[in-house]
Amino acid sequence: MIRDRTLSKRRQPERPSLPADQASIVSAVLAANQLDPTRLLVVLQQVQHELGFVPNDAVGQIAVGLGLSRAEVHGVISFYHDIRTEPAGRHVLKVCQAESCQATGGRALTQHIQDVVGCELGDTSADGAITLEAVYCLGLCAASPAVMIDERPIARVTVARIDRVVESARSAS
Amino acid sequence: MSAPSNMRVFVPCDALSIALGADEVADRLVAEAASRSLDVTVVRNGSHGLFWLEPMVEVEVDGVRHAYGPIDADDVPELLDAGLLEAGPHRTSLGPTHSIPELERQTRLTFARVGVIDPRSLDDYLAHGGFDGLRRALTMAPGDVVGEIETSGLRGRGGAAFPTGIKWRTVLGAPATPKYVVANADEGDSGTFADRMVMEGDPFCLIEAMAIAAHAVGASHGVIYCRSEYPHAIATLEYCIDVAPQHGWLGSGIAGSGLDFDIEVRVGAGAYICGEETSMLESIEGKRGMVRPKPPLPALEGLYGKPTVVNNIITLASVPWILANGGAAYSAHGVGRSSGTLPVQLAGNIRRGGLVEVPFGITVRELIEGYGGGTASGRPARAVQIGGPLGAYFHDGQLDTVLDYEAIAAAGGLLGHGGVVVFDDTIDMAAQARFAMEFCAAESCGKCTPCRIGSTRGVELIDKIVIGERRSADVAQLEELCDVLEHGSLCALGGLTPYPVRSAMQHFPEDFGLGDRNSDQNFEQKVGESN
Repeated sequence: MIRDRTLSKRRQPERPSLPADQASIVSAVLAANQLDPTRLLVVLQQVQHELGFVPNDAVGQIAVGLGLSRAEVHGVISFYHDIRTEPAGRHVLKVCQAESCQATGGRALTQHIQDVVGCELGDTSADGAITLEAVYCLGLCAASPAVMIDERPIARVTVARIDRVVESARSAS
Repeated sequence: MSAPSNMRVFVPCDALSIALGADEVADRLVAEAASRSLDVTVVRNGSHGLFWLEPMVEVEVDGVRHAYGPIDADDVPELLDAGLLEAGPHRTSLGPTHSIPELERQTRLTFARVGVIDPRSLDDYLAHGGFDGLRRALTMAPGDVVGEIETSGLRGRGGAAFPTGIKWRTVLGAPATPKYVVANADEGDSGTFADRMVMEGDPFCLIEAMAIAAHAVGASHGVIYCRSEYPHAIATLEYCIDVAPQHGWLGSGIAGSGLDFDIEVRVGAGAYICGEETSMLESIEGKRGMVRPKPPLPALEGLYGKPTVVNNIITLASVPWILANGGAAYSAHGVGRSSGTLPVQLAGNIRRGGLVEVPFGITVRELIEGYGGGTASGRPARAVQIGGPLGAYFHDGQLDTVLDYEAIAAAGGLLGHGGVVVFDDTIDMAAQARFAMEFCAAESCGKCTPCRIGSTRGVELIDKIVIGERRSADVAQLEELCDVLEHGSLCALGGLTPYPVRSAMQHFPEDFGLGDRNSDQNFEQKVGESN
């Protein structure tokens, strides 16, 4: 019985693989990092930079390329908050949740942002325009509260200011 | 009157200045100067750290910098009309930059160049004493360089306050090769931004420091591990690491000596725990950032199992000054076993937030009131968290505590990376204690059970205490849980999370439904003695 199951598993088709264009990008990233397993995190960051996320179907290719197990690759992906396995919205709005921003109305601001964008931290708005992320400190604490949209930091954030930021993120492509 | 020629106008490129509108100001200045045919060069300097005045515009007239701030992009035409280029009067005039009171009173050793120079200009760096420390170090034997650091009394500014000289001496004495120098730029503590300001405002200083460390311990390769939340710092570092070898300040045969040393920037991926040195080493090796047990010390078995110097950015940024001016000159500042200066970061609900570099020995009150000007909201300050998310909360009665490692520890806290976050009287301290546990749960690497699971139990217990059905039993259990966290965790995340929790409960019991510390004489015995 057990033997049969093992055999049938062996006969299963290969795991689904990436579309060819994505697979070639992953290959290029692996080659640029000399297939060096100590550069796994760098590889994941570069794949995410190119594709917008690290597709689950890329795990096998990365594991084989670096000579690691799938579990090792998955373990690193799941450890780091920055690495995403789903595409983000067109814009990523990081909202600081740490103490300095808490001291300056950050909790109420976060609630307002969630209401205006229409999703919780960690989710993407229904129109796909904005992904909200929690971040613990942007290092802008001398003028809290702070957010960062894509790579643009904004400090001393007010409700009026964030409304304009959200509005322009929605209308921009 | 002829228009002044070749004037230099400064607008910071520091991330917080940009977050307050500095890019728009710089763009507007360039456009207005062009339309008026003015011979102006807009220099993007670092920030002086006076963030309530940012974006700050400076003009250099006869070798003296005059400051204006805060400037909005729409102020630029009228600022030029007012005679910016002759340092003319304007409602935003601050006078000569060096005599702005909050700057004048500081002792800037580590931050001497930050805000002054163009961070991407090697010439500017050299013109302001850059590489003097490395030049002198290269004439000395490695052991003597370490000796200079020992003489300075420099202690790790990342939080642990371990004597830097002892760490370097250990790596120097380790027989294994290759050796590494790792700069910890994973500045994750809320309320801290000194590392960011150095990387964005004086990046060659970090390169110089790492080269000095490499010479002192015999290292051949360096890594700067910078958090991903700092894209501007990463861009500046990568630029400078590209430029330095072209002028012989990195690579083989540095400055004509026999020193071969290169540096690579590695970017973090949003994990707070990677600021812990062994977790960082795992991350650089491409693994999950799981904390390693110590021993072995990273000084003996660090990156890839080889002897490694792991230092915080501010620790390293203090090194070139020490080598250029001597360890004794550095240790002439400060008090007791806390020698030198500390770049303090004033943050949270504060009127004049920013960076204040002062010798150890100043009181917390002088920082918050004298430099910081009290709360931004104008309401009374109620609590001050010192040393980041793992630091204790102080109440008003403790603000005369002197800022040095030992005095803060004696008051039940820790100095950490020198972040000071002020809260006004609207803050709910039970929510802050709960957040400390929540943060620990979110950021735990998962290696130690007390940290991984205890943090979640801590959140639940604080909720139960606030609800108050069996309060004294829950308080006792939270105390016990804090003991387990403190003594049963490998690293500071689990080990220090009890600091904010216990101090909040001890100093602000009323927020937990535990009565008032002023009216309940037995309270301190009931809640917090073990801290």
